[in-house]
Amino acid sequence: MRKEFRLAGAGGQGLITAAIILAAAAAEHTEYNAVQSQSYGPESRGGSSKADVIISTDEIDYPEVKSPEVLLVMTQEACDKFVPGVRPGGMVVVDETYVRTVPPVDAKVLRYGISAKARELGREIVANIVAVGLLVGLTGIVPEDAALEAVLARVPKGTEELNKKAFLAGIQAAKEIG
Amino acid sequence: MKEGKPRLLLGNEACVEGAIAAGLKFFAGYPITPSTEIAELCAQYLPQVGGKFIQMEDEIASMAAVCGASLAGVKSMTATSGPGFSLKQENIGFAVQAEIPCVVVDVQRVGPSTGMPTSAAQGDVMQSRWGTHGDHEIVVLSPSSVLEAYTLTVTAFNIAEELRTPVILLMDEMVGHLREKVILPDRSELMVKARPKPDLPPGQYKPYADYGDPAKVAPLAAFGEGYRFHVTGLTHGEDGFPTNNPDVGARQIKRISEKIASRKKDLPQPEELFTDDAEVFVFAFGGTARSAKKAVRDARAMGLKAGLIRAITVWPFLEEPLLRAKAKKPKAVIVPEMNLGQIILPVKRVMGDACPVIGINKVGGRYIEPDEILDAIKEAILGGSAS
Repeated sequence: MRKEFRLAGAGGQGLITAAIILAAAAAEHTEYNAVQSQSYGPESRGGSSKADVIISTDEIDYPEVKSPEVLLVMTQEACDKFVPGVRPGGMVVVDETYVRTVPPVDAKVLRYGISAKARELGREIVANIVAVGLLVGLTGIVPEDAALEAVLARVPKGTEELNKKAFLAGIQAAKEIG
Repeated sequence: MKEGKPRLLLGNEACVEGAIAAGLKFFAGYPITPSTEIAELCAQYLPQVGGKFIQMEDEIASMAAVCGASLAGVKSMTATSGPGFSLKQENIGFAVQAEIPCVVVDVQRVGPSTGMPTSAAQGDVMQSRWGTHGDHEIVVLSPSSVLEAYTLTVTAFNIAEELRTPVILLMDEMVGHLREKVILPDRSELMVKARPKPDLPPGQYKPYADYGDPAKVAPLAAFGEGYRFHVTGLTHGEDGFPTNNPDVGARQIKRISEKIASRKKDLPQPEELFTDDAEVFVFAFGGTARSAKKAVRDARAMGLKAGLIRAITVWPFLEEPLLRAKAKKPKAVIVPEMNLGQIILPVKRVMGDACPVIGINKVGGRYIEPDEILDAIKEAILGGSAS
């Protein structure tokens, strides 16, 4: 088994954190190997941000994702840039809040207002955790409780309740759109 | 810190945990991408183990502070990237000359100058060897994985303390910023060498004693423990005082080189994969060695006899596995590196006319992909018609 994820959007949307949580859930709570890498500009907000996760039963030599099986896009720019690279037959998860149009692609396209949902829960800053819940729910790559544990271990103290709500909202959304 | 449990760890984080496990007690630095997490985590961890962290005004001062702390008897480290590595060179030379143990981490980024701060490169290979002036040997180690960032940092301290020399940990962004599943070894399994103490009383102690055996290095007395001696960047005699005596000077210069050159067998030896029957060898180090390993495995799966030599000690250059490869009359040696051709130079020197030595070079921040190396392997074994 080898599954490659790419999470792409703008700096500040928390996609590197989301990727870390996904990889940590696999690395620390399952038998799988996992690596996580990223590319980003020198800015801490704005600019483009891309984070990759590979989860595999085998040793992972080359850590960069070439053609993701699962792609999450949270800006129009990221959508236009990365959708053409999706593995045929793969899955594209789109944050409808910011992405208007998705280029034609040989993949299952699933739309959800990720950032809008986070806003509704209280703060848009937890959109990345909604996304983690969504990806875990849609792919079943790691058990939900393992993913939740990884979320809670890596969010700032005092924000656990909100992040838990965000994660569970993502899991629920996966059931609706999956 | 939890040993024994699987963790998702960042390369830079593993380096810091390795340093703490090796007994790091002092870090001075000026944070710079992509090494910043090393300073951040040292600031967090060092106070917990009775150590000190100082953010200095610049890289020059931080290297000077590292030298001072080490002379005061504690294991010391700094971390930087290309632009800061350039600034540290003068005081790295001072540490070489004054024989001050310390570890300098360079997480390489694209250069020259401030280059591309968040992008991967391996352009400091030659700088790590010859960044500071004058004849000298220096130990440079390069990890390829997050686990190795941990273990090699421990090794770097051991070598630094034993040989009284700066050791460079040459990382790249690909490893420094990679998170990977690791299970850290139990502390009880780690070999951590304490700094040897002088066995002679003050007055008889010679801080730069020449024992006639280059492998034997004088112990370093800690300032504040009753020993007083002179420390200088000037060429000096056994007592540490400057000299213009050509014979004394020549002896000192040769001694500090030979103490490293004579210990090549004690440094981390290259990793070899499928080299026994290989027709084509890939020679790689650092993050790029991950691409090379994948390419060699893919080649084997296709029935192509490729082998990997992965340098872990980059300098001094360990020729042994290449000499063995040369004796097998290989079809080619392929050298992928994220620069315009640096480690290929000693590889060419060793291989001579024995076979083509082919560089795969990339700059600008993109990784060298396994398929690019695989194509070169195919071409070397099957000829031009392969692609």
